[in-house]
This record gives sequence, structure tokens and C-alpha cells, in this order.
Amino acid sequence: MAEYLIKNGFVFDPVTGVKGDKKDIAVKDGKIVDSVSSSAKVYDASGKTVMAGAVEVHAHVAGPKVNEGRNYRPEDKLFGTRAGVNGMRTTGGFSIPTTFKTGYAYAQMGYTVVMEAAMPPLYARHVHEEIRDTPIIDEGAFPVFGNNWFVLEYLKNNELENTAAYISWLLRATKGYAVKVVNPGGTEAWAWGLNCLSVNDPVPYFDITPAQIVKGLIEANEYLGLPHSMHIHANNLGNPGNYTTTLDTFRLNEGFKANNRFGREQTMHHTHVQFHSYGGDNWGNFESKSDAIMDYVNAHPNLTIDTGNVTLDETTTMTADGPFEHHLTELNHLKWANVDVELETAAGIVPYVYSPDIKVCAIQWAIGLELALLAKDPMRCFITTDHPNAGPFTRYPRIIKWLMSKEAREERLTTFKHADKVISATHLHGLDRELSFYEIAQMTRAGPAKALGLMGTYGGLAPGMDADVVVYDINPEASFTPDQIEQAFTAAALVIKTGVPVVENGVVINNGNKRTLWVDAKVNENPQVLRDVEEKFLKYYSVSLNNYEVKGGHYIPNPYAIEVDATQ
Amino acid sequence: MAKTVTDVICPFCGTLCDDLEVQVSDDGTKILEVYNACAIGAEKFLHSQAKDRITRPRMQQEDGSYKEVSYDDAIEYTAQMLANAKKPLMYGWSSTSCEAQSVGHEIAETVGGVVDNTATVCHGSSLIAIQDVGIPSCTLGEIKNRADVVVFWGCNPSHAHPRHLSRYSIFPRGFFTGKGHKGRKMIVVDPRNTDTMKMADIGLQLEQGRDYELLSALRVAFRGEDLPDVVAGISKERIFEAAEVLKNARFGVIFFGMGVTQTLGKNHNIDEAIMVTKDLNEFTKFSIIAMRGHYNVTGSGAVLGWQFGFPFATDLSRGFARYNPGETTSNDLLRRDEVDAVFVLGSDPGAHFPISSVRKIARLPSVAVDPHITPTTEISKLHVPVAFVGVEVGGCCYRMDNGPSESRKVVEPPEGMMTDAEFLSRVRDRVGELKGKAPVGSPSTAQVQGA
Repeated sequence: MAEYLIKNGFVFDPVTGVKGDKKDIAVKDGKIVDSVSSSAKVYDASGKTVMAGAVEVHAHVAGPKVNEGRNYRPEDKLFGTRAGVNGMRTTGGFSIPTTFKTGYAYAQMGYTVVMEAAMPPLYARHVHEEIRDTPIIDEGAFPVFGNNWFVLEYLKNNELENTAAYISWLLRATKGYAVKVVNPGGTEAWAWGLNCLSVNDPVPYFDITPAQIVKGLIEANEYLGLPHSMHIHANNLGNPGNYTTTLDTFRLNEGFKANNRFGREQTMHHTHVQFHSYGGDNWGNFESKSDAIMDYVNAHPNLTIDTGNVTLDETTTMTADGPFEHHLTELNHLKWANVDVELETAAGIVPYVYSPDIKVCAIQWAIGLELALLAKDPMRCFITTDHPNAGPFTRYPRIIKWLMSKEAREERLTTFKHADKVISATHLHGLDRELSFYEIAQMTRAGPAKALGLMGTYGGLAPGMDADVVVYDINPEASFTPDQIEQAFTAAALVIKTGVPVVENGVVINNGNKRTLWVDAKVNENPQVLRDVEEKFLKYYSVSLNNYEVKGGHYIPNPYAIEVDATQ
Repeated sequence: MAKTVTDVICPFCGTLCDDLEVQVSDDGTKILEVYNACAIGAEKFLHSQAKDRITRPRMQQEDGSYKEVSYDDAIEYTAQMLANAKKPLMYGWSSTSCEAQSVGHEIAETVGGVVDNTATVCHGSSLIAIQDVGIPSCTLGEIKNRADVVVFWGCNPSHAHPRHLSRYSIFPRGFFTGKGHKGRKMIVVDPRNTDTMKMADIGLQLEQGRDYELLSALRVAFRGEDLPDVVAGISKERIFEAAEVLKNARFGVIFFGMGVTQTLGKNHNIDEAIMVTKDLNEFTKFSIIAMRGHYNVTGSGAVLGWQFGFPFATDLSRGFARYNPGETTSNDLLRRDEVDAVFVLGSDPGAHFPISSVRKIARLPSVAVDPHITPTTEISKLHVPVAFVGVEVGGCCYRMDNGPSESRKVVEPPEGMMTDAEFLSRVRDRVGELKGKAPVGSPSTAQVQGA
């Protein structure tokens, strides 16, 4: 493999603690190294910003609901469809881009690792086929556990080891990466048209509460010592006054301590917290409770969050929170897709227009920014849009602009149709903080990499780590306008992914060397779980056990398995 | 002694049964017996064993006779035809694996072709309706475990999807459905007295072409408003009775077929059926599922979706993807003389398209890739026989509820036969050379399965 030297850039790297010093980054054989030979290809990064490749902790980019979104929204392809050039594939779609566009667009912004946030286990093959067809970026997928019948039954009986053995089995069967929980219990209730709106609402028939599910899965996750923590989308998403449910969910995490060999410190990651930080009790008195939420987050180091920033676009919401999507279609009357998945989960899809002329949308926009601006530890608060739910991932540069520039967000805030009402229902107007390049690197690189248990590989520029290096055309020591921030982060000047230059001057030049991450967790043989699995497939699944597991081969041509040994 | 291959996936219809057992000879070359399959599915496996099977490509001559050609010649002819065409139609894709579909899409992107699948004459109207109003749905296992009211509208699974009733919808005992069919109410809506209709608890034999009226009447009945005495040939008392059964379901589902998708009203019928389902979710839990025909037509829509964003009728002739049913659909293109070559794989338009379209295919440069001799192969200039997907080569396929399975190879194909994916990969590489540019290339290192 070739050698590269990225010279004289202003480097921001939380892993090595470099805060904008001029530094050379050397790359050899796909890794960051101390030095390279004189034959290395040199990139002059003087006057530019250098960071590690960014890490996406939560996005819906591959799988059945994403694809249903694509297929049922031809209008999403109306603009921005492009022919393929220079050996690249044709691209299309805005809020739900095609797989080719997904890979290219992430790479152009300097992202090199992306986690698909919700994989229905029965549809794991589909997820992996899409991941395979998404160029450049390394990807993993989180299978959903929070409404799975095995989990509900084991946890009802407090069977921790069986829960862990089942998690291990399902991660291997689906080639999944982490334990994802969406609306615990509520999605199972949705199979009967019901929901669980608090952590204490019992799940119909299974007679277990969301609180028991959440605590049980945290415990099982730490029993196994998985790279990532339990990753949750709590009950009661999207409703006025739901911040109390969110705080109740956070409290379930109290007393847990991380147990893993990956350097991860949190035991709960709560995703798209913007959707869970609402006060008021109706849409009229709807208000931000980001202060209460962030007070809790700041005081509890075993918790990480991501923001779920609303970008004020027309987008396509999609989630395994089936009852929420039904609720949403009743609100906005746009087309509703739903799939209930036997024994496992469900998913719903509804298009949504976040209009700056609608007060609630503008308040949601403000809340997302407040969360990041109120975060005392940027290593525990990550930037997402819950793509495509609060907006497409391609808007990250704009969110970074708003976070780095009070001027930019004031311009937006004060020109809303209902600006006065929005300002009085939120805290944003009073927040003067402007995030630094270093803090952005924490929130988009080192932080999410650490939370995912990948800190030795991704998100940093220390020798020995994977050579994912990004150069942005912006000089942190010169003066720049807010729009220049957005422009720089939209089209990276250079992206090297695992030692291969894939983007130059904002243009994709190589389809890269994509890998699929999954977690191979070994546990002691557990005959009871194996027997339960056989029985459930025989009696209740509509596919046979022998046709369930995703074997590697053409589904995962380039696997990157992370091994965990929980046999002790 | 023969060996038995278990958990075999049936590559016939969208039911995609995965519990077949196939007995093969010890040397793995002959299928001796097929267990658990329906008559159609078993025939698909056994037909691969036909003694008179065509095993090499053949070119139709001026006088209508056939001349055997090599696969190399067939690849060259196909690549030349596609590369020289201004706008080739690449149709079919429903009886092959997702891997083959994916290679086909690369070719279409390189040559500027139109990719269309069998939905164009089947459930394409359903796909359009979904684009209008969405679709509340579920997997087939949910029906098995929960459904107590099951509606079949304009479909006849007793004949078209023979094991559907026993595996998923009517007879199985699931987790919350311990009484099996005794605990389920079966409603059938069809103008014909089909064998499915004969099993119904409530059979609504409506006037032909009046589905939209009857669906609308149900929506009126759900709201407790008044109806004319008779709608679509059904008395209002029976409509109110059916509406009550639907509203009082614990978990209900509507299955629908080509009786509503391709009769008067087309996509508007499905719009209304979906809105019936959505209305019912105000009262209880209800889903709706299309009875997809070919075993992997759903997969074709899925792969087209993630690669280009549209489920069928995808026109790549401008280099990027366009979709406009009525303009970019196969029959419209053929009948308006908008395509100048036809490539068919995994379908039989010769048997299923209107004769006016079939005539057009016969006059154009054409290639048909199919293990069987079909009406399409008979009118095509070149017939390329290939191994049977799901019998002689594995590959991914999607069930009617969008669930993906990996089909199994149970026997070796006849000596020297190519698979769909192998043939397409060779054509892709050759087309790239002819077009003077590197093939657009798979973005990853996706391997092509094959013998």
C-alpha cells in the first residue's frame, strides 16, 4: 500500500489531545504511523483543518424500512439525481438516498464509519445487502431487542444468562453490532394497536414493564462486555411533556458500571434526545426541557446521548416505534407505511415537513441545538439528525455551522414566522456558547468512536489507528463566515479511508475498501436457549431455523468481526 | 442410497415456502423426489431434470430453425446488441436472484437501458397505490400468530399460492391463534365462485369491476353512515355485516391479487383497499399484503429501490434513474416503438404481454435468458438457457412480505451450463469494453455466486 503525508495542517484530535497545532499526519499500509519514507505522496494541508474520519453513531441508512421509504416516495428523487461519472454509480434521493449516494455523500463530508440504527433481525439479509452496496464507508447494524419475545420472556423471569446467550446467538445470526432498544414493550403492544407510554406500562400478555426490559438489557449487555452499550430510543417519543419519561428512562441506568475491554465508559446510550425533551402538555404550550435533560446527562458519566437535530427540511420519518408513526400519520395525514415483524419488532414510515413557519418545528430545531450547547462533556454528546427522521445526514455541515456560530443560529431563530413564541419556549436565545473545532471533533469523531467501543481503531489520529484522515478547507486561525464553515464540512478537501484516498476536492474518486462490522460474542453453551430457539422457529416463526442465519459470503464480502469472550 | 436436502426454498411463487425436502442421487446430479412442495413447486424442481432440456445457447435462423452456439458467442451477441442499442429494454428479473438482478442493473447503467420487472403487468398498480397512500402491513408470521380475520380480495390462493392458507393465513396454529382455522373468520371477495370462495365464512361475490364501489361502501359502513340497498351487487345488510366483522377483529389482514390490480380501476382499487385498512386501524389492528406472483419479483423491486429509488419501470437511458409508469413501463415503450432491443431474463412476456407488444419484441433484436423453452424464447433471436436459480444455484430472494431468504442449490446444473449471474457478469465486462469505458463496477467486492 502507498504512503501518504498530510503536511502542515491544523490538527484537531481529541485522542492525542492536539488542539489545532500544526502537525503532519503520516499514513502507511492503511494505518496512522509516526513517520513515512521520502517516497510518500505529500498532501499540503497548510491553512486547512485536519481531523480523523467522522463516526456516525445512529442513522437509518440500510434495510427494509429505508427501502420502503425510497420505493414509496418517488417524489424524493425529484431533485438531486445524478448520472454516474468516473466509474462511480448513478445517485439519487434527498431524505432517503440510494445506497450509492449514501456512501458517497457520507464520504464527501469526511465520514468513514456509519452505524445503521435499527435492523429487524428477520430482515438482516436485506440490511446486509444494502450495506454491501453502500460504497466506501465501514458500517455495522444494530439488531432490535426491546420487543423481542425471547427477551421479554427471559427478562420477565429474571434470566440474565439466558438473555445474554440469546443476544450472543442473535448477533451472530444477524451479523449485528449492538443491542438496540426501540420503544421497549410499546412496539409489541402495537401489534394489538396499543402502546406503552411510560416505563411502567405493562406489555400486553407478556406482563413485563419497559423498565424491566431496559434494566435487563443493560445488565445482559455488560454481562457480555459488548463494545457498545445498550442503545435506546425510549418510550413516549415525540409527545409534549415526554421529558419526564426520558428522565425516568435515564434513571433506570443508575448504578450500572461499564464492563468491557474496549474503553467504553457508558452503560446506556440514549439516541435522538431532541425528540424526548419536550415540556408542556399540548402543542399549544409545547416547550423545551433541554435544560432538565442536560442537567441529568451532565451529572451522570455512565450515560451518552446523541442529539437528533431538526434541520427544517422535508424528510421521511421511519422508526421501529410503530405506534409513534401511526400517531404521526393521524397528525399530518401523510402516507403511512407500517410493517409488524413476527416475534421481533415493527416499523413505520411517514413523510414529514419540518416547516420554519410552524412553531413546534422551530422549537424542535432549537432543542436539538440546545442539547449540544448545554453538554458539559462533548465526549458524551454526539451530533446526529437521527437520519432521516429529524433531517437528512447531508445537513450535518449546517448543524455544525449553527453550533459553531451564534450569529448563524440567531439569524435563523429570529426570522421564524413565530420567532417570539419560539424564543420564549426555548433557551437557545440565551446561549452564547460557540463550539470549537476541537469540540466538533469530540462530538463527531472521538466521542462516538469511544461510545461504540471502537476507540482504538476509529475517530483519532494516533499511530496504530486506522488511517481515516480528513482535510477540510477552512483555516481555524483566520476569520471565516458561518457559511464557510458549512461549505468546508460539506465537501472535504481530502478524505483518506483506511489508507486509500477516496475524496479529493469534494469529489469521490474511489469506491474504497468497505467493511462490515459485527460483534462475535462467545458465551458458554446454553442448551436451554438453543432449545427455546428451536421451539420458537418450529411453532411461531414463518421461516425455518436453518434459513434464518445470515451466513457471510455475498452478504458480507468484507467482514470485520469484533470478538468478545464472555465464556468465563 | 439417496441423500435428502432439507429446508429448501421453493423458487416458484411469492409464498416462498422454505420447508421443502428434496431427495437427490448420491452423486448430487439428479433430483429423485420433492417433499412438502405444492404441485407447482414440485414440478419446478422436477422439470429441471427433463431429458430434453436445452443446455446450450441457440440462435434462431432465417427459416425459424435453431442453431446451437457457444456461450462465448451468446455473450458477444448479447453485449453487442445492448451496447449498440440506443435504448434497450431489459425486462423480467422476477425469477432470478438479487445478485443477478444487481449485475443486470450495472449493465443497464452502462448501456442506458430501461429496467422493468413483472410488476409492470401484475402488482405495479399496487406499487403506485402505495406511493399514493402508503401501506400498513406485516410479515406472514404475524398473520399466523395473531390474525383472527383474514380477507382474500381478488385472489385465489387455493390455486395460485397453494400453501399460503396452510403455512400462514388460515390453518396454522400460532402463538395467539391456538385454534387454527376454527378461530379465524375468512372473508373472500371475488366475482368468481373460486375454490377459495367456497371455503369462506363470508363470501362476497360482487359484480365484476365493482371493487372500488364495494371498498368505498365498507368505508361508509365503518362510519355508520347509510348505504344504497345494493352496492356492487351486494346487499347493504351483508356489507354492514362484513364491516362489523372487520371492525371487531383482534388482528386482521387483507390479501389482494390481480383481480383488483389489473381490472377496472387498477391502482385506484388498491388506494381504496389501503384506506380501508388504514380506517380499520382506528378500531383495531389491520394489515394489507399483496399476493406477489413470481418468487423474487419482490426482490427485484427491493434491489431497484436501494440502487435507484424506484420499484419498477426504471429508465436509465439518460444516465440517471427516471420513473414514470405509463411512459417508462415495458408495454408502453414497446407499443410506442421507444426501445430498439429487448433483453429478457427471468420472465415470460411472450406469454403474458398483449399480442401487440409481443409482435414488437419479435421484430426487434432480442435475447431471452431462461432455463425453459417459453413463448418468449421462441420469438427471440437468441435463447440462452441457464441453471435454475433455487435448484442448481443459490441466491437471495424476497417473499411477498419483503422477507429475504437465501435459496439453496440442491443439484449440479448440467455440465458446462452457466448461471444467470455468471452470464450477466460476462456480458457486463464485455459491454464495458465495447463502450470504451471501465464497467461502472460494483462498489464493493460483492461476489457472484455460481457453479
